[in-house]
Amino acid sequence: MNRVAVVGAGMTKFVRRAMETPKELAYEAVKMALDSCQLTIKDVGCVVAGSAVDCFDGVHMKGEYLSDGSGGSRKPFMRHSVGGGTGVFSCIHGWMHVASGLFDICVVVAEEKMSSCQPHPQGAFLTVYDNTIERPLGLNLLWIVAQEMHHYMKTNGYSSEDVALVSVKNKGNALNHPAAMLGAKLTVEDVVNSEIISWPVHRLDISATSDGAAAIVLASESLAYRITDKPVWIEGVGYNLDTWYWTSRDLAYPIYVEKAARMAYEMAGIKEPQKEVHIAEPYDPFNFKELQNMEALLLADRGKAVQLTADGVTSREGNMPVCPSGGLLGVGNPISAAAVMKICEIFWQLRGEAGERQVPGNPKCGLAQAWGDMMQCGTVVILRK
Amino acid sequence: MHMNVHLAGTALSDRDIKEGKVLYTEWKPRAMYAWDAGTAISRFLEGLRNGIILGTECVKCRRVMLPPRIFCELCYRPTEKWVKLKDRGRVRTFCFTRVRCDASRVEEPFFPMVVELDGGKGGTGLFHVVKGMDVSEMTVGLRVKALWKPPEERIGAITDIENFIPE
Repeated sequence: MNRVAVVGAGMTKFVRRAMETPKELAYEAVKMALDSCQLTIKDVGCVVAGSAVDCFDGVHMKGEYLSDGSGGSRKPFMRHSVGGGTGVFSCIHGWMHVASGLFDICVVVAEEKMSSCQPHPQGAFLTVYDNTIERPLGLNLLWIVAQEMHHYMKTNGYSSEDVALVSVKNKGNALNHPAAMLGAKLTVEDVVNSEIISWPVHRLDISATSDGAAAIVLASESLAYRITDKPVWIEGVGYNLDTWYWTSRDLAYPIYVEKAARMAYEMAGIKEPQKEVHIAEPYDPFNFKELQNMEALLLADRGKAVQLTADGVTSREGNMPVCPSGGLLGVGNPISAAAVMKICEIFWQLRGEAGERQVPGNPKCGLAQAWGDMMQCGTVVILRK
Repeated sequence: MHMNVHLAGTALSDRDIKEGKVLYTEWKPRAMYAWDAGTAISRFLEGLRNGIILGTECVKCRRVMLPPRIFCELCYRPTEKWVKLKDRGRVRTFCFTRVRCDASRVEEPFFPMVVELDGGKGGTGLFHVVKGMDVSEMTVGLRVKALWKPPEERIGAITDIENFIPE
């Protein structure tokens, strides 16, 4: 397989409801990513686009719809989706096209416009659940994830105050992100006193529905150094799906995330993740998910992720900054775009271009991870400079 | 990326919409589907109509599966054995919800949960809801039982079980 580098990145603001259409959001993110590495669409061999589900935008066959805005007209173009795991899979999908030798330059874009679905996208999300025996109970995503959160907290002896530390950290980090919609200076008390939506989930334990797009440009080794003197290499990729039947899964520990991580670590030659990964952007649509994912990514021992957070190890100035971007909790959660935002953040951090969010210590290796499909999918990418 | 970078993306407020400052179009789809329940779920639903909860067992990994399927997705082989489960068991996990599927708030919060029914094995879990009890009484491990609709009202649906209640 050929080596593949990320050479450019771009994104739109993440907002509750954007005036721009999905095509326009995708265009703006791709334009910024291409401009950032002084390429034009003529230089691009192929385009891949990620979008989690069609029902939010309300446009079926959304890949075809998005192809123009993505820069895919009259080019090899493919859309992919693994639900919430899509964003990080976008990077993997682009990597496949270049690592295979089929293309030298690939544009990767992810877009989500959730505000189109009225009055709330959760209503349309009902269509993803088992049609014969779950939907008649009128469930909401929160019914399932809140049960997973409870099971995880109970198994590890974590309190609401413990998991709230992640909301405080990430929303605080997002104050320094120009695309962020949820940046805030909060206390643990603010989080645990916010509205209980589906106990143990409070309003501030969870991200918000959002609109936005994010893009990266990938290049083969032969072209990467001609495009930039600071390529960031995709050294490991991993993805894995557990059974679709969520009541048959271990809700305390996402084994599929561990399997995805091990696949990526093996490819990247990483033996001791806690020492060799310097910054991480695990998926954090809920605060407990950051902790649970850190454990499954082997970046924290099981049952120890809260302690690392409380000790400041995962703060932006800590030994292993986690979600220095502000994450989904702070920047926002236009599903697939949110996880490409995480790839963008690792890219900027490793190049020393993260501005006010730059972590100290010249990090050389970063990891981004997302979680999705029917809460069963783990996607992992490891980047090095 | 510094804070002073200019990014595309124009945030709209509810006011912008109400005051007609932006244009938009609307569509209310009315999509109709009739789903065939299939081999395994048909038998499961028939069981519910008769007040029985049926799972399938994989004789290789020994899991009893709910909802039943004709194949074990982990061993990828047929599940040749049907197992009659009890309509009672212990709560594995639960939440206390105040939202409906469309995110609107409910008047009387209740407990979506996964119950481990007696007679199951290898992680058998059924998703349903517990109603009619106080939040202070609900715990992981609580014994619950199905509250069935009267036989004449059952139609062969998961809602033939109204909800679960403490045993």
